Amino acid sequence: MRAAFRMPAGGRIARGETLSFRFDGRIYTGHPGDTLASALLAHGVHLLGRSFKYHRPRGVLAAGSEEPNALVEIDRGGGRRTPNLRATEVALYDGLVARSQNRAPALSFDLGRINDFFAPLLSAGFYYKTFMWPRRAWRMLYEPLIRRAAGLGRAPEAPDPDRYANRFGHCDVLIVGGGPAGLMAALAASAGEARVVLVDEQAACGGSLLDETTATIAGQPAPVWLAETLATLNARATVRLLRCATAFGYYAENFIAIAERVTEHLADPDPGLPRERLWQMRAREVVLATGATERPLVFPGNDRPGVMLAGAARTYLNRYAVRPGRRAVIVTACDSAYQAASDLAAAGVEVALIADLRDTLPAVASDLAARGIRVAAGMTVLGTQGGLRVRSVAVAPARGGASVRLACDLVLMSGGWTPAIHLFSQSRGQVRFAADLGAFIPDRSVQRERSAGACRGLLDLAETLADGARAGAAAARAAGFPVPDLPRPAVAGAITPAGFHLGLCPRAAATRAFVDFQNDVTAKDIARAAQEGFHAIEHVKRYTTTGMATDQGKTSNLNALALVAAATGRAIPEVGLTSFRPPYTPVTFGTLAGLSRGALFDPVRTTPIHPWAEARGAVFEDVGAWRRARYFPRSDEDMHAAIARECRATREALGLLDASTLGKIEVVGPDAAEFLERFYVNALRKLGIGRCRYGLALGENGFVRDDGVIGRLAPDRFHVTTTTGGATATLDRMEDYLQTEWPDLHVWLTSTTEHWAVLAVQGPQARAALAPLITDIDLAPAAFPPMSVRVGHILGVATRLFRVSFTGELGFEINVPADYAGAVWEAVAARVAACGGAVYGTEAMHVLRAEKGYAIIGQETDGTVTPGDLGLDWTIGKGKTDFIGKRALALPDLRRPGRKQLVGLLTTDPALVLEEGAQIIAGPNPSPGSTALGHVTSAYPSATLGRSIALGLVAAGRQRLGARLYAQTPGGVAEVDLVSPVFFDPAGRRIDG
Amino acid sequence: MLLIPCPYCGPRPEIEFSYGGEAHLARPRDPAACDDAAWGDFLYARTNPKGIHAERWRHAHGCGRFFNALRHTVSDQFLITYRIGAPRPEIAA
Amino acid sequence: MAPSRFSLLTLLRQAFSGPPDLSAHWRSPAPGPAYDVVIIGAGGHGLATAFHLAAEHGIRRVAVLEKGWLGGGNTGRNTTIVRSNYLMAESAALYEHALRLWEGLSQALNYNVMYSPRGVMMLAHNVHDIAVLKRHIYANRLAGIDNEWLSPAEAKAFCPPLNLAGGMRYPVLGAALQRRGGTARHDAVAWGYARAASALGVDIIQNCEVTAIDRDRAGAVSGVETTRGAIAARKIGVVAAGHTSVVMALAGLRMPLESYPLQALVSEPVKPVFPCVVMSNTIHAYISQSDKGELVIGAGTDAYVSYSQTGGLHIATHTLDAICELFPMFRRLRMLRNWGGIVDVTPDRSPIIGLTPVPGLFVNCGWGTGGFKATPGSGQVFAHTIATGAPHPINAPFSLDRFRCGRLIDEAAAAAVAH
Repeated sequence: MRAAFRMPAGGRIARGETLSFRFDGRIYTGHPGDTLASALLAHGVHLLGRSFKYHRPRGVLAAGSEEPNALVEIDRGGGRRTPNLRATEVALYDGLVARSQNRAPALSFDLGRINDFFAPLLSAGFYYKTFMWPRRAWRMLYEPLIRRAAGLGRAPEAPDPDRYANRFGHCDVLIVGGGPAGLMAALAASAGEARVVLVDEQAACGGSLLDETTATIAGQPAPVWLAETLATLNARATVRLLRCATAFGYYAENFIAIAERVTEHLADPDPGLPRERLWQMRAREVVLATGATERPLVFPGNDRPGVMLAGAARTYLNRYAVRPGRRAVIVTACDSAYQAASDLAAAGVEVALIADLRDTLPAVASDLAARGIRVAAGMTVLGTQGGLRVRSVAVAPARGGASVRLACDLVLMSGGWTPAIHLFSQSRGQVRFAADLGAFIPDRSVQRERSAGACRGLLDLAETLADGARAGAAAARAAGFPVPDLPRPAVAGAITPAGFHLGLCPRAAATRAFVDFQNDVTAKDIARAAQEGFHAIEHVKRYTTTGMATDQGKTSNLNALALVAAATGRAIPEVGLTSFRPPYTPVTFGTLAGLSRGALFDPVRTTPIHPWAEARGAVFEDVGAWRRARYFPRSDEDMHAAIARECRATREALGLLDASTLGKIEVVGPDAAEFLERFYVNALRKLGIGRCRYGLALGENGFVRDDGVIGRLAPDRFHVTTTTGGATATLDRMEDYLQTEWPDLHVWLTSTTEHWAVLAVQGPQARAALAPLITDIDLAPAAFPPMSVRVGHILGVATRLFRVSFTGELGFEINVPADYAGAVWEAVAARVAACGGAVYGTEAMHVLRAEKGYAIIGQETDGTVTPGDLGLDWTIGKGKTDFIGKRALALPDLRRPGRKQLVGLLTTDPALVLEEGAQIIAGPNPSPGSTALGHVTSAYPSATLGRSIALGLVAAGRQRLGARLYAQTPGGVAEVDLVSPVFFDPAGRRIDG
Repeated sequence: MLLIPCPYCGPRPEIEFSYGGEAHLARPRDPAACDDAAWGDFLYARTNPKGIHAERWRHAHGCGRFFNALRHTVSDQFLITYRIGAPRPEIAA
Repeated sequence: MAPSRFSLLTLLRQAFSGPPDLSAHWRSPAPGPAYDVVIIGAGGHGLATAFHLAAEHGIRRVAVLEKGWLGGGNTGRNTTIVRSNYLMAESAALYEHALRLWEGLSQALNYNVMYSPRGVMMLAHNVHDIAVLKRHIYANRLAGIDNEWLSPAEAKAFCPPLNLAGGMRYPVLGAALQRRGGTARHDAVAWGYARAASALGVDIIQNCEVTAIDRDRAGAVSGVETTRGAIAARKIGVVAAGHTSVVMALAGLRMPLESYPLQALVSEPVKPVFPCVVMSNTIHAYISQSDKGELVIGAGTDAYVSYSQTGGLHIATHTLDAICELFPMFRRLRMLRNWGGIVDVTPDRSPIIGLTPVPGLFVNCGWGTGGFKATPGSGQVFAHTIATGAPHPINAPFSLDRFRCGRLIDEAAAAAVAH
C-alpha cells in the first residue's frame, strides 16, 4: 500500500529501508525511525482507537507520551502481547503486528458506539445514583455489564516469557530530558569531572529540536547543532546517555526510578538482552528538563480523528515527513501554532484558516498573511463535523456573529503549553501558578534539584538553552565539580510560543466538548460535578474520572481545573492541583519485578543434608524460607504409612532427623550468663558447664516468642538454639537488648545457624548406634545425663554433642560443621539403618513430640499465649526479680482465670483425626454465633498409640481435664475428651534409654 | 528508598537497615515498681509525631549497630544521627 | 431538606429532558458556634458515625470537621476490599456486623456504593498456611460467618488466572473463600454517607483543621479551636485515622499508635480478567480488578513512621514481585498509578473504638491496613458509644484500656510461622 501522505524528502526516517507491518490485519509500510502512529498517518490512517465509554472514533492527538487516544495492542507472538501501548511511542520494526482495542466487531464499525447516544445517561456520577434496585441486581446484572464495557485492552493470557533486568546507579548529576535545556545542561555539567547521566524517553535525544527545520542555534541549523552536541556528549567518558528511558518516579534523597526499554524497538531482539531494565539511580544533583506539553482546546467534537495538536502535526511533518492532512484549519490561542501553519503550508498542505482566539494577532501572523494564509483574530470554534474523520469545522467570531463551516480533513489546535512538573512535584517541590502561562511552574525545590527550560515555563528556545546551561553548571558545582559557564548560544528563526486559552472555547457548547479524551470526560461533566457540590479538584477528578486515564491527564488536567474554577467562581490556584503520583508514564510490572522471579523471587534455604534427602525421594515442605524433608516414603507407601513407619522405628529402635534448620546463636562474653538470665524466663546464671536447659523467651508483653535449648560450654560461652522460624527475630531481639538496654553487658552474639548442621538421633538404640562413631565422649548415662552437652569428635569431625530429646526417647543431637555434615550424616544414617532405625522427617517429628505433649512455638502458640497457658510455669526461674516479659505476666488479663490452656484431646472415635484449627465447643449443636472454648492446635494419627491424638488450647483447660467436649469436623462435630497433653510415657522413663 | 546516614558507615540505602521504633524509651530499671498503667504506657504508648521523630535504626546488613536518628516524618529527611545512649540533640524543626 | 430520591426513572427523565436535578450532594455550611457532637475527620468512618448519630440516636446537631476534603484520607486511598473472615471472635463480630450493613448500604443511603460480593479468596502456600486458614474457616462458621475451603482445582475454577503449574516457589495448596466478601467503591462510601448525613442536618465542614481541644475546669472537653474559629461541643469523636496521634496530642494523650505509609497501585485498565479478590498473606499480595478494569493491588507498609503519604519504591516493587510470581501473565501489564496513605497501627493491629481518659472525648482509630471494610459497622457502634457514653457490646473489647490490662486482640500473631 502506498504511503500517500509521506513527503518525498525530509524527516529523520531511514528511507533506504522499508519495513512492513500490520494494523488490524492490513499490511502497511514504514521506515526505521517511524512510530506506529507516524507510519499509519503516512498512509492517511487517522482512526486508531475507540474511546473508553462512548466508543467514539479517535485518532492521533499528540506525538509523544501524552497521547490519550491512539492506544493499541502489540502482539509479538509467544505470549508477548501487550495492551494499551501508545501508537505515538511504539517504534516501528519489520513485522510489527498491532491491533486496535475496545471495539467490536471492527474499528470502523463499533457497536459500542450506541453508548454515545446514551451519553446523557452515562454522564459523570451516573452509576452512583442508580443500579441500586433490586438489591442483588448490582452484582448479578449491572456490574457485569459495566465491567464488560469498561477496560481498554485485553490482558495477556500466557505467562510472559520475556526477561527484565534491574540496575542500581549513582551519579553526580542526573538530567531528565534530552531536549534543548537538557542537552545544554549536560554540556555544562560534564565540562568537568562530574559523572553525568542524561535520560530521555524517546529513541533519539533532541526533544523539540527534532521537529526544528527553521531555527538556527549558534549560527547553525538546529539539526546540525543537535548532531554536534550529541557527538560532544558521546565523546565524553563521564557522560552516559540513556535513551528510550523514562524517569518515572522521584523519591526521597534524589532517588530516581527509570524504566529503560531495551529491545522493544527491535524486530528480532538478542535473546540475551532483557526486554526492559529498571534503573534505580541515586544522584547528588538533579536537573529536570522535562519540557512542556501542548494543551488541546475544549470545543464540541474536538476529539474527531483528524483533530490534532498543532505541535504534533509539526512533529509528524518535520520529524517523520508525513503530511497529517490535505486541508487544515488551525484554531489557536498560542503563537506556536503559527509555526506549524508555516511548516504545513511550506509542505504543500492547504491552510484554510488560522482562527486565533485572541483579539490581537501576534507579529508572526503578518508573515503568514503575507504568504496568502488567511488569519483571523477574535475567533472561536463551535464544533466539528464528520464520521470517522473530521470533514469540516465551524468557526465563528468569539463575541457573536454567524459561524462558518470550513471543509477540511485536519483541524489543528493549540491552547498553549503546560510545563511538565510531574517529577518536580513528586520530589515534593512547591509549585506556583504562573498567570502569564496559565499553568503551574516550579517554585521552591525541596531536594537537591533544579528545573530548567520549558518545564519551568521558559518556552523561548534561546532562553531554554541558556537556562539549561545555567542549571547544568550549577548542578555540577553543587556536586563539587568546578565547571565554567557556557556561552549563551544565539538563536534565530524560532517562534516563542506565547499565549494560551484555558477551559471551554467562547460560545462553544459543553456537550461533547472533551477535556479528558480517553476517559470521555466533557466540559459538561465537569460543570455538573461542580454543580453537584464537588468543588475540591480531587472530588471532581474522582467523580468525573478526569485525569485518571492511562495518560494521567497530561493534556487535560489544566483545562479541567479551569472549568472547575469557572463553575465555582474561583481562581485556578484556589481550586488547587491534584497530586502527581508516580509513575510519569505506565511502567511494566515485569520491569518493576525485574529478576525477582522463580527461585530468585524468594530464595529457598536448604540444609547440607538436602541433596541426600532429595536423592531418597523425600517429600518436602516449606517452613518459612526453609525447605525441609517432611517424610521419606518408600515405593509402596503413602504419606500416612511412611510417617507411621518413621514414628514406629523411632520409638522401637532409632530415628534420624535433619534438624539443621534450628536457629543457633553463639553467646559469648564475661556477661553471657547474666544476659541470658535476663533474656529467658529460666534460671540460667548458675547453669553448670556442660549442662543444658530448656529456654523460654517472652516478649515484653508477656507472651511466648521463642524457645530452644541453652547449653553452657564454658563460663563465658553458650550454645543457644531457637526455633527454625524464630531464629532471625530472636537474634535481632538479643542484639537490640544488648546494644540499647544493657550496653554495660559484655556479650557477643554470632549466628551459627548455617555453621552447624544438626543430626537428631532419637530412640532406644541411640547410644548403641553412636558409640562406635564417637571415641572421645563418654556416652554412658552417668557420664552424659539428659540435658547436657559435650565437645568431642565424631568420625574425627569436631562436634558439639547434646543429649536432648524432642521425642521423649533417649536422644542425641549431633552438631557438626556444615561442610562435614554430608559425610557424617551418611555414616550415621548407615548406623541407624543397621540398628533397625529409620530416617524421619518433620511430620514424624511433629507426631513424636505431640505424643509427649511438647508444644511447638507458632503452632500451639499464636502470639497471645503465656508460659502458664502452655503449662510451662515451671520453667520460670524461682526468685528471679526480672526477665523480659516478667512484669507483663502480672497484668490482670494475663492472670485471668479461664485463659486458654494447653490440653490433650482424644476423639471418642479413635480413628478420627481432627483438623488443625477446628474449634472446641461445649455442646454438640452450637447455636449460630456461639463462641468457642478453644481450638485444635495439632492433630495426628499416632501409630505408637494406635489412635488419633490432638493438642488444643481450651479455656480453663486444665480444670476441665476429664470433661467431654466437642470439636468441629468437616461434616459436623465430634466428641472429644480432655486429657493431659502427655499421651505417651507420662513418667518420662524412656529418655534414659 | 531512604538514604540513611549510618554514624559508623556513612550514607547507605534503606534496604540495609531495620527500623527500631521510637527512641529514648528506656526500659524501667525496676519493672516491678511500675503499676499496670505505667507498664502499659512503656510498652505501647508512642509519640508518633508529625514532625521531628527520634527513632532507632540498626544497620542490620552493614555494621550491625543500632543508632538513633532525628528524622522529619513529613519530608522523611534525616536531620542527624547519633549514638545509642546519647541525649536527643536539640534541633529546631 | 431531604434530597430528591435517586432512581432510574427520575434519572432517565433528567437525562433526556431538562432541567436536571443537580443539587449539591451535601451542604457546605459555615461552622456553627456549638454542636452536640463534633466529629474530627470526614472520612468514611467519621461520616458514618455522624450519619448514625443523626439517623439512629436523633442527635442532629453534629459537625464533621475535615482538615482537607471529605473522603480524602484512607477512605479514598485503599484497595476497597470488604470481608469479615477474621479469626478472633471479637474481630469477626465487628467486621461481620459491618458486612451485614454493607449488604444493604446502597439502599440505606440511596447511593450506589457498588458493594460487589465477588468473593475474597485467601491462598495457602504451605502446610502451616493450611492450618491457619482452616482455623479461620472453623472459627467463622461457628460464628455464622461464611468461609469455605477450596482445593487448588476449586480455587482455580473460581479464579482462572491462578497458576497451578508445578515448580512454583509458592504453590497454591488450597484457599479459604468468603463468597460474601468483595469490594465496594471507596469514594462513593464517603459521598453516600456525606449526602445522607447532610440531609439529616449534619454539618460537614471541609478545609477546617482542628488546632486545639478545649477542656473545662473538670477536665472534660468543651469544644475545639479550628482554622475556621472556635466550636463548642461537650462530646468530641476523633476519627482521624493516620493523624489520630496528632489530634489526640491536642488533648494531652499519647496513644498506642504508630503511623506508617501504606502503598497501593493500579494497572492500566483491561477487559475483565480477574473475577474476585485474591489475598496471599504469606507473600503479601492483594489483588482485585475494579469495575473500570484496573487491577488494584495492595502493598505492605513501609518500615518506618511517616506522614509523607509516599513510600519507597522497593515496597511497591516487592509487591509486584509477588503478584508476577502468582500471576505470571500479568507481567506485561503496566503500573498506572502508585500512591500512599497513612495508616495508624496499634500494637495488636486491632482498632480502638471507645472512651478515652478525657471525659467527653471518644476515639475511633488504629484500623491499620484494613479499616475500609469496617466503615458502616464502625460508624454505627461508635455513634452508639458517643450517644450513650458507653461502648456497644461489639466494640467493648476494642477499648483503649486493653493495652494496660493486656487483653490484646492479636489477629496477625495468629499467623505466626511455626517450628
